[in-house]
Amino acid sequence: MKTTRILTGLAAGAALIALAMPATAQEGTLKKIKDTGVVKIGNRDASIPFSYLDDKQRPIGYGVDICLKIVDAIKAELKMPKLKVEFVPVTSQTRIPILAGGNIDIECGSTTNSVERQKQVAFAPTYFMTGTKIIVKKSSKIKGYDDLKGKTVVFTAGTTNERAMKAYNDEKKLGINFIPSKDHAESFLAVETGRAAAFPMDDILLYSLRASAKKPADYEVVGEFLSDDPYGIMMRKDDPAFKKLVDKTVIGLYKSGQINKIYAKWFQSKIPPKNINLGFPMSAALKELVKNPNDKGVEACGKMKC
Amino acid sequence: MDFSVFLQPAFSGGGIYLDWVLSGIKWTLLVSILAWIIAFTVGSVVGVLRTTRLAALRAPATVYVEVFRNIPLLVQMFIWYFVLPEIVPEGLGDWMKGRMPMPEFWNAVLCLGFYTASRVAEQVRSGIQSIPVGQTYAGLAMGLTGPQVYRHVLLPMGYRIVIPPLTSEFLTIFKNSSVALTIGVLELTAQARQISEYTFRTFEVFTVATVVYVLITLAVTVAMRALENRVRVPGYMGSGK
Repeated sequence: MKTTRILTGLAAGAALIALAMPATAQEGTLKKIKDTGVVKIGNRDASIPFSYLDDKQRPIGYGVDICLKIVDAIKAELKMPKLKVEFVPVTSQTRIPILAGGNIDIECGSTTNSVERQKQVAFAPTYFMTGTKIIVKKSSKIKGYDDLKGKTVVFTAGTTNERAMKAYNDEKKLGINFIPSKDHAESFLAVETGRAAAFPMDDILLYSLRASAKKPADYEVVGEFLSDDPYGIMMRKDDPAFKKLVDKTVIGLYKSGQINKIYAKWFQSKIPPKNINLGFPMSAALKELVKNPNDKGVEACGKMKC
Repeated sequence: MDFSVFLQPAFSGGGIYLDWVLSGIKWTLLVSILAWIIAFTVGSVVGVLRTTRLAALRAPATVYVEVFRNIPLLVQMFIWYFVLPEIVPEGLGDWMKGRMPMPEFWNAVLCLGFYTASRVAEQVRSGIQSIPVGQTYAGLAMGLTGPQVYRHVLLPMGYRIVIPPLTSEFLTIFKNSSVALTIGVLELTAQARQISEYTFRTFEVFTVATVVYVLITLAVTVAMRALENRVRVPGYMGSGK
């Protein structure tokens, strides 16, 4: 008797979820923005300097600036100058489901454009080029991936770096003990407190984390590139009208040279909250991408086989 | 919906995604059951202390309950994992962070155990205090000492009275064990998130996780109901249906 009632409840719950599912995100993003009067941007909390929080907890960064240019383009396209912008915090693990579910319209963070992710979402032309390395304490004497044998490595759940590192571990049989973490700041904390020996991440983010650490000189970014990670602005798949507008805006920034100003602001000047200058000039690879923009993805496991 | 996702080869470590689910279930059960042993033991002691007439014993027990019950579980999890190793002597802290086997797992067990203990303590206290005071007097009049009154009169009845609320606490501990994912224990919810991240089959994966949680808690409910019937004292309060 009791079990039947519980089962009925379960079935009813499942039916409700099933009903609610297809109702979202089927319309084009532009129509959705027009209807609601709001653009929702996904932001990160520690992807410095792409998308992170300043001392007043407002989202700022290279990606955020570019996203706001896209908002300007949407305003012009829809002739809605009073369009509202809403930031929604996402993590490496939640960004794709939240985007697909319709709670954000666009994400301008540090998302690698991978072939695998392209099955779920679409990417604008690459706006930064980086790759996986590891950060370690100088005192640990770790110089490369093979020194990680039997050690503990922390990773941010849901990143391409996690996959590259795990694929490397499987292939070289290093017997690494992995611990997952929620975001980059927390992963770095694990290295800082000595819980983990290393943290694999895109090198630019590692340099930024090191720069904002209490004692930057204690840490070192080591290793060869384990993967190539082109960053792209992420939006919903199968929405050609919206993608066209986003692509046009990004390529427009490249053609007009405005990108250089935005780039210099975040990578070659002092940035909040600690007034650090990352001193990271535009790489040859990114210069080439600015000249010839493309939205090609990479294989998720980097140099290893998946 | 396509549940064949669980039979696909897993991204790393060999095996299929079903193995990840099974491993998640294993850790959920291990964390919860070990934490429950701590919760029940510590909770019983603290609960008894809260009912004694000696203020010197009552006060620390009250402080324990108020501290552990009033701080959110998530915050406690972070304190055990991130803060504690930094405030204990350095050698011990280094051991807790590096050389201790499975630090995430043991931190989760201790945190969940001591947190739930504060709740169990309150249940035990209410059980003891719901017994008419005349029974204590009767015990003392028969020549039993204070501890003997607890052992032979108060605790046997007190525990029986609180089996239903203790069942709820036992169920809650399985559900609260998912908080352990925040410090890196790959229990059921963490594995579900991980599989959905790799396969993008969020709906299927969480459906399975939901069903597993329901099955675990139903099993606990049935077992506790059986225990309740087995130890029932005929004719005593609440048991004479």
